Amino acid sequence: MKQATVHARLGAVTKTFAAAVPPIHALGPVTLDLYQGEFFSVVGPSGCGKSTLLDVLAGLTLPSEGTVEFEGMLVRGTVPDGVGIVFQEDASFPWLNVYDNAAFGLRRKGIAETEVRQRVEHTLSFMGLMPFAKAYPAQLSGGMRQRLCIARTLVLRPRILLLDEPFGALDQQTRLLMGDELLKLWRETDATIFLITHSLDEAVLLSDRIGVMSTRPGRIIDLVETKWPSERDSRIVSDPTFGKLTARIWENLRDQSRKAIGLAS
Amino acid sequence: MSRASWYRIVLLAAFLAVLELCCRLGLIDRSAVIPPTEMIAGARDALSVAATRHGILLTLESVFASIVLSVTAGIATGLALHRLPRVHRALDPFLASYYAVPTFIFYPVFIVLFGLNRWPLVAIGFVFSVVAVVINTLDGLSRVPRALVRTALALRLSRAQTIIYVTFPAAMPWLLTGVKLAIAYSFIGVIAGEFVLSNEGLGHIIAFAYNSFENPTMYGLILVLFVIVGGINMAIWSQERRIYERRGGR
Repeated sequence: MKQATVHARLGAVTKTFAAAVPPIHALGPVTLDLYQGEFFSVVGPSGCGKSTLLDVLAGLTLPSEGTVEFEGMLVRGTVPDGVGIVFQEDASFPWLNVYDNAAFGLRRKGIAETEVRQRVEHTLSFMGLMPFAKAYPAQLSGGMRQRLCIARTLVLRPRILLLDEPFGALDQQTRLLMGDELLKLWRETDATIFLITHSLDEAVLLSDRIGVMSTRPGRIIDLVETKWPSERDSRIVSDPTFGKLTARIWENLRDQSRKAIGLAS
Repeated sequence: MSRASWYRIVLLAAFLAVLELCCRLGLIDRSAVIPPTEMIAGARDALSVAATRHGILLTLESVFASIVLSVTAGIATGLALHRLPRVHRALDPFLASYYAVPTFIFYPVFIVLFGLNRWPLVAIGFVFSVVAVVINTLDGLSRVPRALVRTALALRLSRAQTIIYVTFPAAMPWLLTGVKLAIAYSFIGVIAGEFVLSNEGLGHIIAFAYNSFENPTMYGLILVLFVIVGGINMAIWSQERRIYERRGGR
């Protein structure tokens, strides 16, 4: 962890989808502090409410109970300035080329074109996409499209980056490499990162802290601190601590996952 | 020019050559169909008459008005129904069965409403085409990926910005299909209306030539109509193809 200042706070947050029949209690209560500049991951069984947790934290949906704070301000159902979100699905705009996709958010904010160019070129270079600036998303691989979505968020210089299984659709090798890129990005930007993932390896490899969630309604049942140095990359998988941490998380998660697929009550 | 374009040209040329030959050899009765070269001559002669050019202009004005009105009203209605799912569900059976109603029967009503001028014909074109635009707009809006809408929220776009910069571009292939149908249906509505119900415009001139056994004029003007409608549709089709290619079929 870089600093111990609270950056975002979830206070006894719950989420119930009342319109469903019967109503679905999807989340919580969850109480969690995210610290300035940390890399925090959430793992949990399928359908436990991980994405709902991200939506509530982002301001994309209102919590049924409890409070969400970002930089000391209450989040009330709209995405606050300084929050960047990357989704699991390919959300690149197919009608815009790579450059215009990356510049999209800046242009909507009315930023001057010279600054747009400067920020976009820097970010595309950082993400290794500059040679493809004139290409359309359909001409890119899945990994490159996901990097483009991250770039489109990064140009806005978010202070907290919320990632909802951004590498979920990628193969294992690409995931590892993308993980390295994400760590590089985290070090470069100093942003707080909140990552939702279903991959234990990915969570242990990337994170300072990992929140393990229970089956629905999802609650944090364990918080694991990795104590990795910030200068790390995917080669850390050969460290003996990596296996121990993964085993600890799996121990907690195994029963929850069995419940989630109906193998245990 | 692509290989497919060359094939199209060769096929069209071959069809016209066969038709020419069949007419010239008497395999097709010339009182029914005339050779394409005579159609071209008929078109040239018809277009040299000021009254014909005026009639074509009147038709194009009415068709243009019908297209603009149906595309504007159709997209706006589609957008409103998309935002009001209960109303959409209530209207769905009417939209689905709309084209079972022969809209030409409303011509007398439109004369009462708009008077004896071009507007009843515009109205025929409009009511014939607007629902096709509504249906395609609804189809397109329902296919906008949820991830794109969520991205718009994540980028803190206003509702209007979301519609202009995300929803419409994402739904563009379906919106263009609606526009293509609006063009076709507006031409059909207006020209068929002129053919049967009017005393001016291209449809009326073609009907008059038909009743007077002036085959060169009739076929010549049908050819002119083909060229106009085909040209417009080809322009939209090429634009549509560019969009699809850029999106990799998405």
